[in-house]
Amino acid sequence: MEKWSLMTITVLLALTVRWTVSLGSYSGAGKPPMYGDYEAQRHWQEVTYNLPIRQWYFNTSDNNLLYWGLDYPPLTAYHSFVCAYIAKLINPDWIALHTSRGYESQPHKLFMRTTVFVADLLVYIPAVIVYCFSLKETSTKKKVSSALCILLYPGLILIDHGHFQYNSVSLGLALWGVLYLSYDWDLLGSAAFCLALNYKQMELYHSLPFFCYLLGKCFKKGLKGKGLVLLTKIAGTVVVSFAVCWLPFCTDMEQIMQVLRRLFPIDRGLFEDKVANIWCSLSVLIKIKNIISPQTQLKLSFALTFLSLLPTCIKLTVQPSLRGFKFALVSCALSFFLFSFQVHEKSILLVSIPVCLIINEIPFMATWFLLVSTFSMLPLLLKDGLLLAYAVTTLAFLSVCAASFSIFEKTSAEDLQLKPFSLSLKGYVSWFKSFPKIVRCLFLLSVTLMGVLSLMSAAVHPPQRLPDLFPLSVSVISCLHFLLFLVYFNVVILWDSKNSRSQRKIS
Amino acid sequence: RAKGKCLYIVNYSTDFEVHRNWLAITHNLPISQWYYEETSEWTLDYPPFFAWFECALSHVAKYFDPKMLVIENLNYTSRATILFQRFSVIFTDILFVYAVRECCRCVNGKRAAKDVLEKPTFILAVLLLWNFGLLIVDHIHFQYNGFLFGLMLLSVARLCQKRYLEGALLFAVLLHFKHIYIYVAPAYGIYLLRSYCFTANNADGSLKWRSFSMLHVTLLGLIVCLVSALSLGPFIVLGQLPQVISRLFPFKRGLCHAYWAPNFWALYNAMDKALTIFGLKCNFLDPTKIPKASMTGGLVQEFQHTVLPGVTPLATLICTFISILPSVFCLWFKPQGPRGFLQCLVLCALSSFMFGWHVHEKAILLAILPLSLLSVQRAKDAGIYLLLTTIGHFSLFPLLFTPPELPIKILLMLLFTVYSFSSLNSLFRRERPLLNWLETIYLIQLVPLEIFCEIIFPLTPWKRHFPFVPLLLTSVYCALGVTYAWLKLYVSVLTERISVRQKAE
Repeated sequence: MEKWSLMTITVLLALTVRWTVSLGSYSGAGKPPMYGDYEAQRHWQEVTYNLPIRQWYFNTSDNNLLYWGLDYPPLTAYHSFVCAYIAKLINPDWIALHTSRGYESQPHKLFMRTTVFVADLLVYIPAVIVYCFSLKETSTKKKVSSALCILLYPGLILIDHGHFQYNSVSLGLALWGVLYLSYDWDLLGSAAFCLALNYKQMELYHSLPFFCYLLGKCFKKGLKGKGLVLLTKIAGTVVVSFAVCWLPFCTDMEQIMQVLRRLFPIDRGLFEDKVANIWCSLSVLIKIKNIISPQTQLKLSFALTFLSLLPTCIKLTVQPSLRGFKFALVSCALSFFLFSFQVHEKSILLVSIPVCLIINEIPFMATWFLLVSTFSMLPLLLKDGLLLAYAVTTLAFLSVCAASFSIFEKTSAEDLQLKPFSLSLKGYVSWFKSFPKIVRCLFLLSVTLMGVLSLMSAAVHPPQRLPDLFPLSVSVISCLHFLLFLVYFNVVILWDSKNSRSQRKIS
Repeated sequence: RAKGKCLYIVNYSTDFEVHRNWLAITHNLPISQWYYEETSEWTLDYPPFFAWFECALSHVAKYFDPKMLVIENLNYTSRATILFQRFSVIFTDILFVYAVRECCRCVNGKRAAKDVLEKPTFILAVLLLWNFGLLIVDHIHFQYNGFLFGLMLLSVARLCQKRYLEGALLFAVLLHFKHIYIYVAPAYGIYLLRSYCFTANNADGSLKWRSFSMLHVTLLGLIVCLVSALSLGPFIVLGQLPQVISRLFPFKRGLCHAYWAPNFWALYNAMDKALTIFGLKCNFLDPTKIPKASMTGGLVQEFQHTVLPGVTPLATLICTFISILPSVFCLWFKPQGPRGFLQCLVLCALSSFMFGWHVHEKAILLAILPLSLLSVQRAKDAGIYLLLTTIGHFSLFPLLFTPPELPIKILLMLLFTVYSFSSLNSLFRRERPLLNWLETIYLIQLVPLEIFCEIIFPLTPWKRHFPFVPLLLTSVYCALGVTYAWLKLYVSVLTERISVRQKAE
């Protein structure tokens, strides 16, 4: 069948799954007084439509920052304003100042779900399709399968269309940035990434790879000539993009400082709730929060984060390649997720989307990672009543990936891109012969463990003495998985050299 | 496939109450009361085998939520109830999946394709398993059609595999599950008589009267009688047969179902209405003589036509009988094996859809599903299939009318349409295009029609005075298409037979 009809079917399938998940429950449904993220988004529409821009980020009598104050950069606020404008045309009650707090109704839910659906359709989905079409050295069937697997990734669908958020906008913009960079349109790529950054500040997780890759490119072109020109052009683009987004706030230094204070709440502590992060997992054994002071916590987390991503970034600057760039996006974001300050479990999406980009290179490991990332958000999904959607989408995703990429046959060291690593280790370890089998067993073990734990979290009541047993187990197990993945990705990047790639081309 | 359906579980419709009521009736009451029970308006109107099926289900249901089995709990609903009923449909669909597998084995892949996506068997499997009409009727609307169509497709597959007795048995059982399949009984009857009871043909293909096999006839008769005895026996013994018959064939309902299935009578009614309005405007008719209740009120009652002659159940029966005669004669005089049987089956189903009494739009599936089997084998059939299936599925749209369901039905419809068009076009790539320009324009016009009916019309002031206009437009437009497809299929079958006969001579 022709390429366009296969891709159309893929997109329609993805849209159907998204809308069907939308019919389910959302975050904070029917739970006064604070409700959840759904109410937060509605409240932001109310604030941005009714109040002047100077009051959006400030604590005033009309704008109580303790009730879901704006804590995303200006582009989110502008997006909320546009949605509020449309909401006003349909039913002004939805965004009436003060009186619309906790407003919940079927038509309103339909409207909110439609905004997410449209944002997804306009930004994220086209990016994925263009990306898959631009993949080199792959057959049409592989391109369509990659698109299908990426679009069916359960984590993003469940968070955006279930829990209710707009991650697809910022992730889509970052994806456009990667796309433009792959075509060597550096300025457009930088602009797109700046827009993504101005939509959600968590995109900072991806900023280092972008920076190192572009810097490496400039170095390669020679710092005395073309390189310097490129560097200044990129810098100019970045400054202009930021200026355009922050224009209304640039009138007053206090405005900018307040926004920054809302974006980076340093006084909120090392972690909140249960997240699959080193700090949360370590706190099971030692109560870090009690031992170290907040200042030291901040410094420690920054130090560890940067230490873990330093090797990759240096390699990327010295040898900028598109492949290295994509892998670096994964490992840097993962380092940030594991060691950084005030991380939310939803931030794993920032790691998952780059993993989706390399799904056709390492299908087995990518599928494994994406399953674990969805599993790590299970406590959040259970709280939102999305268990059925979670089960169905995860099973569907696993079967689609298994069928398209036949992942269970491709578990050798070469398929996992570990050939160079194994070559250097050959002298020391001799168990590499049964490597595929070991990897397959580990995968099955991991999936079974995740399945059992999911079932138990849903069906069984935890014992009285340990009420947080299941969320904590989910976090700790996911964290262990993520640590192993961090090691794996770093190994692949560091041992990947130009020689090995040319060897593959010859053979 | 089941995973996709699991996500639809949270919806609710009246069919839930209908089946909940039947579960309650068959669980609590003795057999003698089943067809007399009237506490709920949704009385038991399917044959006894279906009642036994509901009885069996009710024994599983009591573990989910015993309260659903109390007859007095009208409109009772709980999460467990909905979950049980949805899962029962998904579970019984296993039979449908098995039947599809058997059908795929009957389809010979003459065109050897390297890619599994282009094999006729794969395309057929997807067209049947992911049939849009079946999906929304069974899993969003809630019915057990998947399982019943599974029985029908299985009997067709058995007849194609020349296992006549099994096919006959399955069809007899199916008739006693849902009597609507009586529409296609002539095809079965004539085919079995012709190909099984007369075991051989002459050299030129005509009937060899001497090859009549008494044994085969007796076996067939025995099967039919046995199944009927098993099903209706208890009621005959109790003397309740007339009551059962009156429940199964409720002629008190009007000529047209609430939503006007796109058949000949829809065109007839529309013509009647148009002539009425024309007559009123030109003062040919007396306004006082016209009955207030109009056909398009959307209620299930007996109505009268004002200008054209009224239609009785007998008239529709005669029309149906006349319309299926040519195809049945074709099957008798020049059977072409299983393919001829399938053609006759589709024509019987489509003809009875066109002229039947109180036909529901869902009945179009009775023609579409067997036609899928023909569509992957010949380009001509594929063209008719694409036309009929798109129109038939579009006519099912009014069944889902709530705003949350709008994107789902459009997305699923687009999915199925894009897939069927692209797969069949790629299968018959080397032949002429499957649809001519007139048909293509007709299908494209469905898009503006849909936009008008669903989006523009509700926002206009006419909605309050003429709420039936979208339904009227949809029915009439689809009826034109269905009539065209029916005629085209008839013509292609008849001309095929005539040319075969000419070749033989």
